Amino acid sequence: MLKDANIFVLAITAIFVENFVLVKFMGICPFLGVSKKTETAFGMGMAVIFVMTISSLATYLVYKYLLVTLGLEYLKTIAFILIIAAIVQLVEMFLQKITPALYSALGIYLPLITTNCAVLGAAILNIDNGFNLLQSVLFGCFSAVGFTLAIVLFAGVRERLETSDIPEFLQGTPIALVSAGLVAMAFLGFSGLSF
Amino acid sequence: MIILYAGITLGGIGLLCGLLLAVASKYLTVEVDERIEQINELLPGANCGGCGYAGCGAYATAVVEGNAPVDACVVCGNEVIKKISELIGVKAQGKEHKVAKVLCFGTTECAKNRYIYEGICDCDAAARLGGGFKACAYGCLGLGNCAKICPFDAIAIEDGVANVNPDKCTGCGKCTAVCPKNVIVLIPKTAKYYVSCASKNKGAEMKDKCSSGCIGCKICEKNCSAGAILVENNLAEIDYDKCTNCGLCAEKCPKKIIRKGILG
Repeated sequence: MLKDANIFVLAITAIFVENFVLVKFMGICPFLGVSKKTETAFGMGMAVIFVMTISSLATYLVYKYLLVTLGLEYLKTIAFILIIAAIVQLVEMFLQKITPALYSALGIYLPLITTNCAVLGAAILNIDNGFNLLQSVLFGCFSAVGFTLAIVLFAGVRERLETSDIPEFLQGTPIALVSAGLVAMAFLGFSGLSF
Repeated sequence: MIILYAGITLGGIGLLCGLLLAVASKYLTVEVDERIEQINELLPGANCGGCGYAGCGAYATAVVEGNAPVDACVVCGNEVIKKISELIGVKAQGKEHKVAKVLCFGTTECAKNRYIYEGICDCDAAARLGGGFKACAYGCLGLGNCAKICPFDAIAIEDGVANVNPDKCTGCGKCTAVCPKNVIVLIPKTAKYYVSCASKNKGAEMKDKCSSGCIGCKICEKNCSAGAILVENNLAEIDYDKCTNCGLCAEKCPKKIIRKGILG
């Protein structure tokens, strides 16, 4: 069981074996939307790491000490959405203040983290896997690292695509989707790892 | 009772988050130039991209930062530009308004077809099949790619050719970019007359293909007192810098393809 695994196994699992984007297909919107430039992809990845770590912590605490105590476990999805939205809003204000350049580079995709299912997915998986607080935070963080890895790798691929000679009917989104599929297939190679 | 608990709990979480955000917004406010918002409100908000920026918001920011001229918006009229320039404190030069015109009147009646096209309703697709189904390789295919992309709903397909409604057209130029035949051009709004054909076919050939085509007879060129018309590659072209809007060319044109434009 994943909940009995040590931190190393948890990290490898979250980053490679069960990569959120390429294996679980969560967070596809920013994965395709912000992966045109490595720089912004990295920025987006950092924002997601930040949001996912904090939201894993917050949602775990709310679930454990509020929802479980009151016997309202069935409210977890909607409560998590609420908390994540607030956290994203906070991150947005924070970024606008501290790094306006990153803020404008992320543009519309930052508010979109609100509806990024990877963030909600991490929060719910934490509960479903029966993680404790430390494991939840680490799993959230590692999953986001996996997201960042995927999006940065893919941004590199797309930057190469920019300069390659692509048949006209495949230019733009089609070739991006095809190459996303190929990258996902490469990541499926990790599923052979067993601990 | 359970519903009440659930409601109170969720409401409480929401209220708490709201309070947190309210406090945070106090400490994390960023001074944004209020002129950006003001200009953004003046702009049409169609985000057509005619100015060369990603949208009205991006253009407004660029104007305030001094990176864009105040009159780059192709859509808004001189009044709006005047207001914007007052806000910024820059004098705007009066700009020439343009309007899109489809240089083809090869309606189903006038223009002959080479084959029957039964593919998807898309000019691009049709143009790929041997250059389109019309006998004239320069004519409007009339499948409406321009009408689909027009953000102002100014283009309609009538009798198999696109027609621009000059009252609605703002000259953003989106249709000119999307037309596979390049048969839509922007002409000055002040122009009274325009050559409504884009064909470079030779005269005799043209007569055979379309009854509404320029045959390159040069009658307009000879008659133009301002020397504004030049017939090149079997096609008349009006130089709007020289044109005096006298209308003699339209009168003399044997094919009646020099037509009255917007003001005429």
